[in-house]
Amino acid sequence: MRIPCPYCGLRDAHEFSYLGDATVSRPAPDMPDAQEAFFHYVYLRENPAGAHEELWYHAAGCRQWLVVSRDTRTHEISGASFARAPKADASHAEVKP
Amino acid sequence: MSRLSSGGLIDRATPLAFTFDGRSYKGFAGDTLASALLANDVRLVGRSFKYHRPRGVFSAGSEEPNALVELRTGARREPNTRATMAELYEGLEATSQNRWPSLAFDLLSANQWFSSVLGAGFYYKTFMWPAALWEKLYEPAIRRAAGLGRAAEQADPDSYEKAFAFCDVLVIGGGPSGLLAALTAGRAGARVILADEDTILGGRLNSARTAIDDAAPGAFLARARAELSALPNVRVMPRTTIFGVYDGGTYGALERVGDHLSVPAPFQPRQRYWKIVAKRAVLCAGAFDRPIVFGGNDRPGVMSAQALRTYAVRYAVTPGRNAVVFANNDHAWSAAFDAADAGVKVSAIVDVRETPPPALLAGATARNIRVIAGGEVIATSGKCLSSITVRTRGGTETLQAEVLGISGGATPNLALTSYFGGRPKYDAALAAFVPDQTPPGLSVAGAAAGQFSLAQCFATGAAQGVAAARDAGFAATPAPLPETGDTPTSLSAFWHVQGSKGLAFVDFQNDVSAKDIAIAHKEGFRAVELLKRYTTLGMATDQGKSSNMAGLAIMAELTGQGIGETGTTLFRPPFTPVALGALAGHHREKDFRPTRPTPTHDWARKQGAVFVETGLWLRAQYFPKPGETDWLETVTREVKAVRSSVGLIDVSTFGKIDLQGSDVGVFLDRVYINTFSTLAVGKARYGVMLREDGLVMDDGTTARLADDHYVMTTTTANAAKVYQHLEFCLQVLWPDLDVQLASISEQWAQIAIAGPKSREVLAQVVDAPLDVSNTGLPFMGAVEGRVMGGVKARIFRLSFSGELGYEIAVPARHGEALTRALMAAGAPFGITPYGTEALGVMRIEKGHVSGNELTGQTSARDLGLGKMASTKKDYIGRVMAGRPAFADRDRATFIGFKPVDRAQRLRAGAHFLPLGAVPVMENDEGYMSSVAYSPTLDHWIGLGFLKGGRARIGQKVRAYDPVRGGDIEVEVCDPGFVDPEGERLRV
Repeated sequence: MRIPCPYCGLRDAHEFSYLGDATVSRPAPDMPDAQEAFFHYVYLRENPAGAHEELWYHAAGCRQWLVVSRDTRTHEISGASFARAPKADASHAEVKP
Repeated sequence: MSRLSSGGLIDRATPLAFTFDGRSYKGFAGDTLASALLANDVRLVGRSFKYHRPRGVFSAGSEEPNALVELRTGARREPNTRATMAELYEGLEATSQNRWPSLAFDLLSANQWFSSVLGAGFYYKTFMWPAALWEKLYEPAIRRAAGLGRAAEQADPDSYEKAFAFCDVLVIGGGPSGLLAALTAGRAGARVILADEDTILGGRLNSARTAIDDAAPGAFLARARAELSALPNVRVMPRTTIFGVYDGGTYGALERVGDHLSVPAPFQPRQRYWKIVAKRAVLCAGAFDRPIVFGGNDRPGVMSAQALRTYAVRYAVTPGRNAVVFANNDHAWSAAFDAADAGVKVSAIVDVRETPPPALLAGATARNIRVIAGGEVIATSGKCLSSITVRTRGGTETLQAEVLGISGGATPNLALTSYFGGRPKYDAALAAFVPDQTPPGLSVAGAAAGQFSLAQCFATGAAQGVAAARDAGFAATPAPLPETGDTPTSLSAFWHVQGSKGLAFVDFQNDVSAKDIAIAHKEGFRAVELLKRYTTLGMATDQGKSSNMAGLAIMAELTGQGIGETGTTLFRPPFTPVALGALAGHHREKDFRPTRPTPTHDWARKQGAVFVETGLWLRAQYFPKPGETDWLETVTREVKAVRSSVGLIDVSTFGKIDLQGSDVGVFLDRVYINTFSTLAVGKARYGVMLREDGLVMDDGTTARLADDHYVMTTTTANAAKVYQHLEFCLQVLWPDLDVQLASISEQWAQIAIAGPKSREVLAQVVDAPLDVSNTGLPFMGAVEGRVMGGVKARIFRLSFSGELGYEIAVPARHGEALTRALMAAGAPFGITPYGTEALGVMRIEKGHVSGNELTGQTSARDLGLGKMASTKKDYIGRVMAGRPAFADRDRATFIGFKPVDRAQRLRAGAHFLPLGAVPVMENDEGYMSSVAYSPTLDHWIGLGFLKGGRARIGQKVRAYDPVRGGDIEVEVCDPGFVDPEGERLRV
């Protein structure tokens, strides 16, 4: 498996470490049922068969956290972008493999 | 000797001596062990897995089920080596396996008389009771009786490599279709890798006499090899097996670099594991000649018809004095003809078909080969084959035969196509499964695609070569194909001789007979996946390459379903066995866990330090002096020196992270439980960080060197983890913060000096105007300056030992010089280098938590650090740390212990029980995490976690350690054993 790092180019998956679902976001700590929301954020994950957005860290490369689009059934990777870039921000173009 | 007087691809000018079971033989360069054994009339080469039946060479390739031997001796002994794949070399030593006392006379061959109880699923039905006998009697007995070779008992002395390769077109297999595919793609300019399992390119053309372009195949092969080696964009990799297909067009390959040598050449690996990344791949892996199932079909001397051809043509060996071929297809006839033309005496062809094609009959007549059409072999005899019994139209007849070449047709070698879940489909005309779906980017040509004739191989190989090159972006054009007279082969599906005598084997290697398939059918294990597991069909090291088809066909006959409906089990990588050593490559021992020496390593070694591995680092554990008899004596001296005067230790292994930017303070407030934005410039603070689940991740000291510049230290073990976590927080959670990170762990050496005299030592190495007095550098102060006449330094007044102490950081290359300077400056005070043991003793005396306490299961409150947590801000882990269970009063929390009888020794790992309570889980109250003998208090002290924690100070509990026989009373006490108020730090 290879990941198209927007900074380093197409690189072997061994250079990256995996974190998981990129669609969960850290809840506001002061929301009324924060503990319940954090419980979901920390422990609960969907396990989709198909398209998945996930966080990978290019540990043996540029040290950037990436959002990688991967199909969990085929391992086909359809793109990767910097996690720090808002998706709508056109200045950070998404790279296709 | 059964070597033919001429022919073959062997080098008769290079004779090679080898031994088998201690006896000496001669072969030639170009031989395999199998061909050399056959040339020396050695036909019995092994014993079968379960029944210990005598077995001989069946094939001439990687599908070999029978001829498995132990190759080499001592540390290089390699079990289960296929003799058909082992190239002969001078001095080769091979030993037969799975027999006792000898290959010729194996007592356990008596097993076959019990085949009625050892049949399919016997291990599910027998040896069931008494259950107690299983472990002590049945399993050891079965393991001794059933088995393969013995692994070497010493470490492998050879080296292995891993490598990457990239190409446009990967061609798998160097036979006729692979050659055309590689030539076509190569001429188009594509970067081509041609990987071939064999030692020489050509595949079946090396074993055939079929004319190509009106010449012997050798002429065509020579031209093809020459052109491929002249193309700079083509890389030919012989002795290389593609064993797996992985995501993104990645192929696993094993190159046998030195397997054909007795010892690999200097600086050469034994094997090399390749990851080949290919835009496109063409599978040209050929086909297997599959056996026919009949009684006695496993006798040494029975081999595949194509193997008979290969031994005769390629190796110039006649594998027995009188050959008969038994088949259902044309291709076996051409094998018989080639063998006869090469000089083997072929006396008869038995074909199950009533009317074989006239052209074949004419070929047989011309060679004086008798044809028995509509015949079936029903029995064999001889320890090694001496005769066969044939059922003919007229009755039965016995024929003399030392070799019987059998062929039930060709099975395409399509394993790689199903590694992504692709299910082969059944082609009734070919009586074979052919590829259907293939992994992305992989197409199939030649016999692997069911295109068996030579002309079809050339045509499909060239076509797939063009297609692959075009897909990779090259303008490829079809080239003219070599001319060959080879015509499509015909066959009549035939699997199993009914009513034959004796055990009729389907899977030779796992001793699965036709009867076992019938048992599986009768007992309901009819689906192919169940059939496989119940009978072990296809589960041996050959993975049923030659045997699976007949097994499926027999099941299909029994169920009345077609073979297509019966289906086939899917193949999984690796295609052939891969040594773990090859997968590991150089990543073993020190190359797997390299040693990281500290900046003062050489200096410490000269001081006689004893080292210890802490993570990847090698650190000084203690510094014994002449006359000291054990480590405790040394450590006690080191601790006393620090507490009474001054000591020195290298603490460079701590993780160090540089943080710069206008938002560093805010950022640190969010990752630490305590506050850092209010930290004054020139001060340091101890911090604790949690994971988001509320448990402690790490601790350490962070100093503020300027408004927008902090330096963080982490524990040695967590340095990389913390760095990755901080990057996550910055990039994913709070990308708007202005913070830049850099790991500086290896850039700075850090030396700690501790003890009442440490300030006087430090003062001598710092450059003016740096002031290290109590007012110039107070407790928890952090300053930048120069030492040793100009070396940049950061000095932190910190203490892990509880004494007045400093940590001096200098660029790593000055670490040893700084150590020497401090040792010289401290000499008047008897400055003492100390190691990690004394460091640990002093931190336990002070009640500081460390790795033994930061287990990933402890909260800040558990560690007695709960009061540090700020209530005025949010931070990672705050919300989850507020879960009720973390505040439970009964939760085991951090506390100190001392033995009631002060002479007794404490043991880390001991569990706490109420006095008088029985040692059961329900009574467990916690455990001891760290212990040390305290030189300061002159008795053992401990730290640990106890239900109720501080509330129980003064109580006594039982420290129970059944593993080491410890069971003593301990007193619960404050964990600050020495100077609990910390007065010594501030002097």
